[in-house]
Amino acid sequence: MLQFTDRTWLWFAAACYLAGFVLGTVAVIRERKLSRALMYFIISAGFTLQTFGLYLRGLEVKGCPLGNTFELFQFIAWSAIALYLVIGATFRLSLLGYFTSVLAASLTLVSLSFPSWDPPARANIFGGNSWIEFHAALALFSYGVFCLLTLTALMYVLQVFSLKRHHLHGLFSFLPSIRELDHISLRLLTAGVVLLTASLGVGAVYWLDDTTTVNALKLTVTVSVWAAYAVVLILRLRDRLVGKRLSWALLILFAALLATLPLVSGSHAAP
Amino acid sequence: MSSPVLFLLGASHHKTPLELREKLALSPERLPAFHQTAATLPGIRELAVLNTCNRVEFYGAADSAEAVQRLRETFCTFQGFPSDAFATISHHAAGLPAIEHLLTVASGLDSQMLGETEILGQVKDAYAEAQSRGTTGPVLNRVFQKAFQHAKYVRTHTAINAGHISVANVAVDLALKIFGDLSSTRILLLGAGDIGEKTAKAFQSCGAGSLTVASRTLGRAMELATTLNATALPWEHVAAHLGEYSVVVGSTAAPDVVVTLADATAAIKKRPSEPLFFIDLALPRDIDAAVAKLENVFLYNLDDLAKIADENLAARTAEVVHARKIVTEKSAALWKQIESQVGGGR
Repeated sequence: MLQFTDRTWLWFAAACYLAGFVLGTVAVIRERKLSRALMYFIISAGFTLQTFGLYLRGLEVKGCPLGNTFELFQFIAWSAIALYLVIGATFRLSLLGYFTSVLAASLTLVSLSFPSWDPPARANIFGGNSWIEFHAALALFSYGVFCLLTLTALMYVLQVFSLKRHHLHGLFSFLPSIRELDHISLRLLTAGVVLLTASLGVGAVYWLDDTTTVNALKLTVTVSVWAAYAVVLILRLRDRLVGKRLSWALLILFAALLATLPLVSGSHAAP
Repeated sequence: MSSPVLFLLGASHHKTPLELREKLALSPERLPAFHQTAATLPGIRELAVLNTCNRVEFYGAADSAEAVQRLRETFCTFQGFPSDAFATISHHAAGLPAIEHLLTVASGLDSQMLGETEILGQVKDAYAEAQSRGTTGPVLNRVFQKAFQHAKYVRTHTAINAGHISVANVAVDLALKIFGDLSSTRILLLGAGDIGEKTAKAFQSCGAGSLTVASRTLGRAMELATTLNATALPWEHVAAHLGEYSVVVGSTAAPDVVVTLADATAAIKKRPSEPLFFIDLALPRDIDAAVAKLENVFLYNLDDLAKIADENLAARTAEVVHARKIVTEKSAALWKQIESQVGGGR
């Protein structure tokens, strides 16, 4: 059994997330409440398998597996799930497990479906420096936070739509309250910005020593993502960007973030 | 000695109009006396009395059909109700149908408001009362305890109690979808009408943080505020303080709108990140329909709430067949157990 490759384990993990998505969808269609414990178990199983797959990949590349688009997608999904396993148990937001499984299944399956995203040749992007590795892992973990934030923003938009249009059955009947979603979104936004700021802080120390270590494209993209989320956080704290408009802004931002990932990973061309 | 007969005798809202149910209902003062008298009737071995606003029913174990007949006559005499009239409106069952009826009642399938949950508590109270009086035995203990389990099973495995079917509770349900926990939610009740009062009470029973009443007549507002343990707000201050409230319930008899779009716009500006929920129960409407277009503002009028209540009722009704099938299966299984335990009574 242990002869499986890292990708096989990651396929198993994706299958678990997909199972969560299918079970959740069936429950929603039948207007039955899906057991939160069951969903938590399925996602935990997927997380364990994914962790093992990424661990094997880490052993293979002798470092944190963040060297290409495939690994970036996998690591973001893994981070979001890790956070869900903490938040899901603490805040008990109904349907968050379902939405998390949908997104995790999408990210992992998409990344596995494009072999070109995971070429055998890879650059040694960390140069053996564990602090730079930490900087990258922290940045990707903050992306995981933004990933979960996207889910709460999406749930917010759906709940507002449901309440405004008076569509209260099916999926909508299980959504958490909009105030709960707003509160959890604000916490996630704050946590994401803090983590990304810390990551950029660590990275900046090494970048200032030698500005040629990071190409301009990666730097521009990363700082733009950080700046965009920071501006959104400030506007939210000042009550300038709230409610549905805030949620749409967060959804668009994350879509943009995902779109820039190939640019970031592509900036490390194989030698 | 022969095996006891499990029986049911009673009258309910199905065949008994309200004016007759009033005469049949056992008042809290008279219930203990009747319970004691009935339980000591010859041939009555076990007895529990389910006495609610919609039904008076006796569940018990008796030696014979004659003993049940004696119970019927004793009850009619006790309530001063003609026994021939009682015969036309009452229902009677023995054995499996009696169990099936109890499970149907406990599950809320026999309630006037289909799927309501209060009845299960009332059945539990009836059993506890009988237990405390020492009038339960092996038959009723088994039947009632299993009935509670099965009723819970029906409620959790069907949508028989899904969604609320009263306007007031639908309004509270919507507020929960917006605010989650209502403990920090401030409610403003505009007008002192009956439906507004009911809605305010529904909010209070769900733990709403505070309630304020405003009426064109301050005296009426203060009177209702006292009844509801709330505070009163002078009518002329309503517009200025609107933004301090999360839920505004309109139930005045005013001929024109009392909350305009400008009022609501000013209110939401004071609380941009906090939602504002308007519930308009008035006819003509109290709240300008245009407020629904504002960001973070939600508006439901009487028709909207009634439509949701109707949809919920339809959803419950659609579950009746499934729920009854479960009740039939569980009743048959329970009846088999009772038969093997005490002979059950045939």
